[in-house]
Amino acid sequence: MIIKYLCIQLKFLLKNMKRCRIAYLFIAPYCLLFLMFYLIPVIASICLSFTYFNVLEPARFIGWKNYIDLFFADEVFLKAVKNTFLFAIITGPVGYFMALFIAWMINDIKKPVIRAFMTLVFYAPTISGQAYIVWKYIFSSDTYGMANGWLMKLGIVYEPILWFEDEKYIMPILIIVVLWMSMGTGFLSFIAGLQNVDRTLYEAGYMDGIQNRFQELWYITLPAMKEQLMFGAVMTITSSFAIHDQLAALAGFPSVNYAAHTVVSHLIDYGTIRFEMGYASAIATLLFMVMIICNKFVQMLLRKVGR
Amino acid sequence: MRILPFKHKKRAKQSHSLVGDVFSVAILVILGVFMALPLVLAVSNSLKPLEELFIFPPRFFVRNPTLDNFHDVFVLMSQSWIPFTRYTFNTVFITIVGTLGHLAVASLCAYALAKYKFPGQKIIFWIIVTALMFSTQVTAIPNYLIMSKIGWLDSYAALVVPAIAKPLGLFLMKQFMEQIPDSLLEAARIDGASEFTIFWKIAMPQVKPAWLTLIIFCFQDLWNLQGSNYIFSENLKTLPYALSQISAAGISRAGATAAVAVIMMIVPIAIFIASQSNIIETMASSGIKE
Repeated sequence: MIIKYLCIQLKFLLKNMKRCRIAYLFIAPYCLLFLMFYLIPVIASICLSFTYFNVLEPARFIGWKNYIDLFFADEVFLKAVKNTFLFAIITGPVGYFMALFIAWMINDIKKPVIRAFMTLVFYAPTISGQAYIVWKYIFSSDTYGMANGWLMKLGIVYEPILWFEDEKYIMPILIIVVLWMSMGTGFLSFIAGLQNVDRTLYEAGYMDGIQNRFQELWYITLPAMKEQLMFGAVMTITSSFAIHDQLAALAGFPSVNYAAHTVVSHLIDYGTIRFEMGYASAIATLLFMVMIICNKFVQMLLRKVGR
Repeated sequence: MRILPFKHKKRAKQSHSLVGDVFSVAILVILGVFMALPLVLAVSNSLKPLEELFIFPPRFFVRNPTLDNFHDVFVLMSQSWIPFTRYTFNTVFITIVGTLGHLAVASLCAYALAKYKFPGQKIIFWIIVTALMFSTQVTAIPNYLIMSKIGWLDSYAALVVPAIAKPLGLFLMKQFMEQIPDSLLEAARIDGASEFTIFWKIAMPQVKPAWLTLIIFCFQDLWNLQGSNYIFSENLKTLPYALSQISAAGISRAGATAAVAVIMMIVPIAIFIASQSNIIETMASSGIKE
């Protein structure tokens, strides 16, 4: 009985699929590539994380050993986790709200040319490739660096500070740099979302007694652009857990005493330098899990906006 | 929902106090200066002669601008074993092929996801949205292994093909294509146009802003791609890789490094300026629905 029912269902599905074959034809090229370079790698990474694999010998199943080693035998990893969360917790929310507020303030500018110019000013650091190298000059460890030069000229310090060699300073400076380039894709999405809030909503809001711009923002603007808020959150979370390039370029790789070592740095270290692919896969799998969980959690929070 | 052009909408202003306006402009200017100064400094540095780069106290703006640093970059590059033009060609080639490939493949898939109903559609889109939530470093190792299995290591394909499958472009294109009115496609269907003709001749011209957005995002990724993990032959290496070698020489090439940073940043910024209004229009439909 059940089998017969399933057969009918399957037949129906196949007929339906046959009817839509043109759609499958259209999605085939993308889905094939996506499968090959996104989906299979994620699954492969999860599988490899339970093995010892150094590329030369065939992979050997070792159960949870990689994970146990990561948490109980690898001090550098724990430091990397601490740094990654520090970066993510500071630069993620700060970067997100900064992007939102800046977009909100830019939206109030009346002249389109100035608005476009301000958008460019805030977005430029993100798209300017390796221009973050200039921070190396600003915080250079000799007297020719901007920061040292000015501090010494003003008589605040008497000898140059070793910005990227002193653990005390590495994190604060890198956080500034990361925030400087944190106006990502989400920022553009906010600008667009703000521009498309239906203006009749504002008029209705005044009738209902909205008194200042913050009430307007919370009760009208934000709920109207909730979808953009979600998109921006996804972009911010994903990038704030993946910080590495800027850090490596400025603080060195590996950095002094691993002061700027993140989970991605650790992953690159084991994956492309030591070729311990199983161990690196375990790191990648953990990173994957954390990114997905954080995204889902923040989406849950964002549903409460404007309530 | 209809997408409005990049144009400011007049809004009732009762709730906006003057003090608040002044305050928000002040914040915007201060933050704007913080954002802009490092890039201005990068440009200023690239024009400084050597004696101005190593001066105490350091100056922000250049006194005697010179193009020596840019000249140095070209001299350094022409002395290298592989000519500078080869690195440039590599980067331009992978950028163009990858961007066009991404546009074609992602649009085709986005069109099907947005405008057809077929079994499995929801789950495929859900998987792609989930893929937005993790970064490419997660898949780097298996990707490397797959490349080596299919023999793509040390070839352009290793850099180009994964870029074609980027989920962000597909996602933006799909959201934008949902706004094409179905009646338009239906009318073409009644006139006897084939499904591909409808996609190419009717749907694609409707979503030009989304094209430009896809192009600039994909362009940025490929333009800045070092790809040194996948490429070993010197003559296949990219421009950012070659330029990073100049920066790697440290203090002795401070001027050339600054020039390199300026060369690399000018192109994406110029493209963004040219296509800003189209990008904003596309991003308006970027929302993730619950």
